[in-house]
Amino acid sequence: MEVLIAILVGFLYAAGVYMILRRSIVKFIIGIILLSNATNLLVFLSAGLTAGSPAFLSDQVSSQQEFSDPLPQALVLTAVVIGLGIVVFTIALKYKFFEVTGADDLDQLKPTDNQK
Amino acid sequence: MNCVALPILIPLVLMIMQIFFRRKIFSQWLGISGSLLLLLSTFYLFGQVTKHGILTLNVGGWPAPYGITLVIDYLSILMLVISAVIIFCISIYAVSFLKTTGEKQRFYIAFYALILGLNGAFITGDVFNLYVWFEVMLISSFVLITLGSSREQLSGGIKYLSLNLIGSLLFLAGIGLLFGKTGTLNMAQLAEILREDDSAILLNTSAMLFFVAFGIKAAIFPLFFWLPASYHTPNITITSLFAGLLTKVGVYTMIRFFTLFFVQDQPFWHNLLLTLAGLTMFIGGSAAIAQYEIRKILSYHIISQIGYMVMGLGIFTPLGLAGGIFFTLHNMIAKTNTFLVSGMVFKLKGNYHLKNIGGLVKESPLLAVLFIIPAFALAGVPPLSGFFAKFILIKAGFEDGHYFVTAVAVFTGLLTLYSMIKIWNEAFLKKSPEDPSHEKDKIKLSLLEVLPSILLGLISLGMGIFASSVFGYTMEAANQLINPSIYIETVLYNQ
Repeated sequence: MEVLIAILVGFLYAAGVYMILRRSIVKFIIGIILLSNATNLLVFLSAGLTAGSPAFLSDQVSSQQEFSDPLPQALVLTAVVIGLGIVVFTIALKYKFFEVTGADDLDQLKPTDNQK
Repeated sequence: MNCVALPILIPLVLMIMQIFFRRKIFSQWLGISGSLLLLLSTFYLFGQVTKHGILTLNVGGWPAPYGITLVIDYLSILMLVISAVIIFCISIYAVSFLKTTGEKQRFYIAFYALILGLNGAFITGDVFNLYVWFEVMLISSFVLITLGSSREQLSGGIKYLSLNLIGSLLFLAGIGLLFGKTGTLNMAQLAEILREDDSAILLNTSAMLFFVAFGIKAAIFPLFFWLPASYHTPNITITSLFAGLLTKVGVYTMIRFFTLFFVQDQPFWHNLLLTLAGLTMFIGGSAAIAQYEIRKILSYHIISQIGYMVMGLGIFTPLGLAGGIFFTLHNMIAKTNTFLVSGMVFKLKGNYHLKNIGGLVKESPLLAVLFIIPAFALAGVPPLSGFFAKFILIKAGFEDGHYFVTAVAVFTGLLTLYSMIKIWNEAFLKKSPEDPSHEKDKIKLSLLEVLPSILLGLISLGMGIFASSVFGYTMEAANQLINPSIYIETVLYNQ
C-alpha cells in the first residue's frame, strides 16, 4: 500500500509541476491543486500507514503497534482545509483578473516586471 | 498572570471588532488605539523576558511535546517589539493615506489578520503551528496586495501568490518528512532528538525543503523574483507594511530552524548560506542601480539587505548572529520609513518616477530630513543604526575568516549608498522638471503622515546612539540561539 501511494505522490507531483509550467492561468491553478494534494498525501504517508486499528490507546490495546497515530491525520485535515481556502481565493483572483484584462496568459503579466 | 498569548489575542479581538463596527471614524481610532495597546503589551512582555528569561505557555493546558507551546525568548521578543512599533506607525499613516480609496474597512480587517499571523509565527514553538500562522499571514497579504483591484495590482498579486503558494507547499512537504523521521513537531523536542542524531543525509532532504520555502518568503537569491514584480503595485501603506515585516519573518524562521535543530551538516549549510547571502546582497544591490522608480529601487534593496541577515546566520558565531539580528531590527525600521517617505513624495509630486520629480528639498525641507535619516541608516552612515549593524557583521565575518563574503558586504554598502544618493539627487536636489509657470495648489502633508516617519527616524537614530544596549540584547538573543539547552529545558521540563 505504501509503495502504491508513494508512486501516486510522485505522479501527482510530476503532473502538478507540468501544469504550473503552462502559460494558462487556469492550468496553473490546476497545477497548484495537484501539488497541494500530492503534499497532503506525502504528509499522510510519511507518518506511516496503519489499517484497521484505533486512533487512541485504550485498555484493550496493549502495544504501540496496534494503534494508529492520529496526529498526521489531524495535520492533513488542517492542510486540506487551508488548501481549499487558498484555491478558492486563487480562483476568485483569477476571475477578477480575467474581468479586468480579459487575459488568461501568464505572458501578459509582464508589464509589472519591465516598467522602469 | 501568563501574558504570552497577548500578541496573538489582541489582533484577533481587533480583527473581529473591525468586522462588526463599520463606522469610518470608529474603525480608524480603533486601528490606532489597538496597535498602541499591542505595542504596550510587547513592552510589558519585553520586561518579563528580561526579568524571567524564556516565557512559555502550553495552549489548552496540554503538556509540552503533545500540545502547542508558545515560547517567547529574546529573539522573539525583539522581533515582536520592533514589528509592533512598525504596526503602530503604519496604523497612523494609514488613516490619511486611505482617505483617497474606499477600502478602509477591508484594509483594517486584513491588516489585523496579517498581524495575527505575524505575531503567531514569532511566538509559536511548534512547526505545524508555524505553518498555520504562515498561511494566515499569506492569505491576508493576498487580500491586501490586490485591494485596489487595478490591472497592475491583480497581475502583481498573481505573481506574489503563485510563488508564495509553491513556497508553502514545500514547507508542508518538509513538515511531512520531518514528522516521518522524528515523530514530533515540537521545536524543543525536535532539537533534543536531532541534536543527538547525526544522520545528516536523511535530514538534509527536509532541511532543504524548509530552506527553499523560507528562502521564497525571505526573497533570497535565486528565489526573490516575486518581490520586485509585486511590491510596487499596492497602496504605499501596504507596501511599507510588507517591506518592513513580511520578508523578515522568513529570515526569523530561518534563524530559528537553523540554530535550533538543523545543525547536523554545518559546513555544508554555512557555506550555502554564505554563498547565497553574498549573491543576494550583490544582485539585489546592483539591480537597484538600474531602476528609476523609487519603489522599485527600494524593493531591490529589500532583497540586498536580506543578504546581510542571512550572512549573520551563515557566520554562526555569537557575534555574527547578534549582528544579523541587529541588522534585521534596524532594517525593519529603516525600510518601512523609506517607503513611508516615498509615499509622501508621491503625495506631493503625484509620481514615483525619479525622472519626473525634483526640487523637493526647497518644497518640503522636513521631508528631506525625514528621507535622509532612514536612507543614511540603510547605507550605514554613523551614527545611525545601520552603521553599527554592518560594523558588527563585518567584524564577525573577518574574525571568523569569511573574507570574501565580508568584502561583498562592504561593497554592497557602497551600492546602497549610491542608490540612496541617486534618489536624493533626483528627487530632492534636482530642479523640478515641471513647468513652474502653472503652479498647482500646494499640497500639504498632514501631521498624521509625518508623525510615523518622525517616530521611525528617531528610533533609527536612537538605535545608533544607544547601540551598545541594543547590541547587548541582540547578543543575549544570539547566546540563547547558540546554546539552545536553556530553550529545550524551559519548554520541555520547566512547566
